[in-house]
Amino acid sequence: MVQVSVTVDGQRRTDEVEPRLLLVHYLRERLGKVGTPVGCDTSNCGACTVHLDGKSVKSCSVLAVQADGSEITTIEGLADGEWHPMQTAFKECHALQCGYCTPGMIMAAVDLLNNNPDPSEDEIRAGLEGNLCRCTGYHNIVKAVQSAASQPASVGGVQ
Amino acid sequence: MIPPSFEYVRPGSVEEAVSALASSGDDAKVMAGGQSLIPLLRLRLSYPEVVVDVGRIEALRGVRDEGDHLVIGAMTTHDEVLRDPLVRTHCGLIAEATETVADPAVRHRGTFGGALAHADPAGDLPAVALALDAGFVIEGPGGRRTVPASEFFLDYLQTVLGPDELLVEVRVPKLGAGWGYRYEKFHRVAQSWAIVGVAAVVQRSNGSIASARIGLTNMGATPLRASATEQALAGADLGSIGDAAGHAADGTSPASDLNGAADYRQHLARVLTGRAVTAAARA
Repeated sequence: MVQVSVTVDGQRRTDEVEPRLLLVHYLRERLGKVGTPVGCDTSNCGACTVHLDGKSVKSCSVLAVQADGSEITTIEGLADGEWHPMQTAFKECHALQCGYCTPGMIMAAVDLLNNNPDPSEDEIRAGLEGNLCRCTGYHNIVKAVQSAASQPASVGGVQ
Repeated sequence: MIPPSFEYVRPGSVEEAVSALASSGDDAKVMAGGQSLIPLLRLRLSYPEVVVDVGRIEALRGVRDEGDHLVIGAMTTHDEVLRDPLVRTHCGLIAEATETVADPAVRHRGTFGGALAHADPAGDLPAVALALDAGFVIEGPGGRRTVPASEFFLDYLQTVLGPDELLVEVRVPKLGAGWGYRYEKFHRVAQSWAIVGVAAVVQRSNGSIASARIGLTNMGATPLRASATEQALAGADLGSIGDAAGHAADGTSPASDLNGAADYRQHLARVLTGRAVTAAARA
């Protein structure tokens, strides 16, 4: 067992973990952060996307021990009293149907705007290429990101 | 899917990493960003006894300018490579190809050196390293050695790296004035591996091609140079690119899989080589 200390959604945690424990399993099964789903489990779909030290990662492809000392934000830590503008934009633009990809899609979209506050449609599509949605055909997801991008509060609000 | 059990070591320096590898025998695996290794572990395609995580070794990160070369630390992430102004200025081919690697989240973790040491023939960067004549700086118990890209890749997922050796950095000659470049990649969907890729660098002189180097992705068990095309292009005018590209698949024996049969890959290699060289010659 190896000790890891992380800050998850603002809370400090220290745990003993097996080196083989994946970050997504640590978040879901040890911390109860089930807002982050396991999707494909082969690092293709992006459903399990979280922010590791402010950058999007697929938490099924990171070991919990690799995150030692890091700050992690999951979909559960995105709202700060009120919904994050990206969450609101997804609701208002009807950017989800079954909702399974949504936590990862929102985390990837927030990361995208942190890097590029005013992306073109092509840049949005390229920025979300690691996140698969089998329901929407992506059009309303792109609209939601454009809508969130038009609100200054969307950018830089989340580490 | 849950990876098999392994012992985990996180060295703080290159020396510690090499000594951890040396004391672990043949069953140790180096982990850089883990974007290839962790999926392999999860799918139970790899069973290392020891994983040596070199992710915290600061000396392996970053890009520096050494006159006629750039030196890229093995642990520099794809995302850092993409954003590096030195890479954009002097080794634009690397930035162009790196932009096509996987997706943004994977590029935040995956590393330049890890992708090369993993030596997947469908990976984009090995063919780029070949076309750029990069040098691979390897550290082992006996010290450092530098291996040219043309000698680094031995077979499918196999390189010259010994079990107690670590790829520490890659030396990339800068392309000077008069050189153009292009990476052409054909893949089924945005984030997928190349069915075939072509990395071309072309030196122009008085409206014709002085010399060209071409690396092929996924045309065999290792990245390959399109030598017959390179020879046909030396001293050729721009009008003969099509004929020269017709030789791009000479001597290759690519695999057949669900994405394409061998003869289709050879066709793609010829077409993409024509496009890559044309774009590089006009750049």
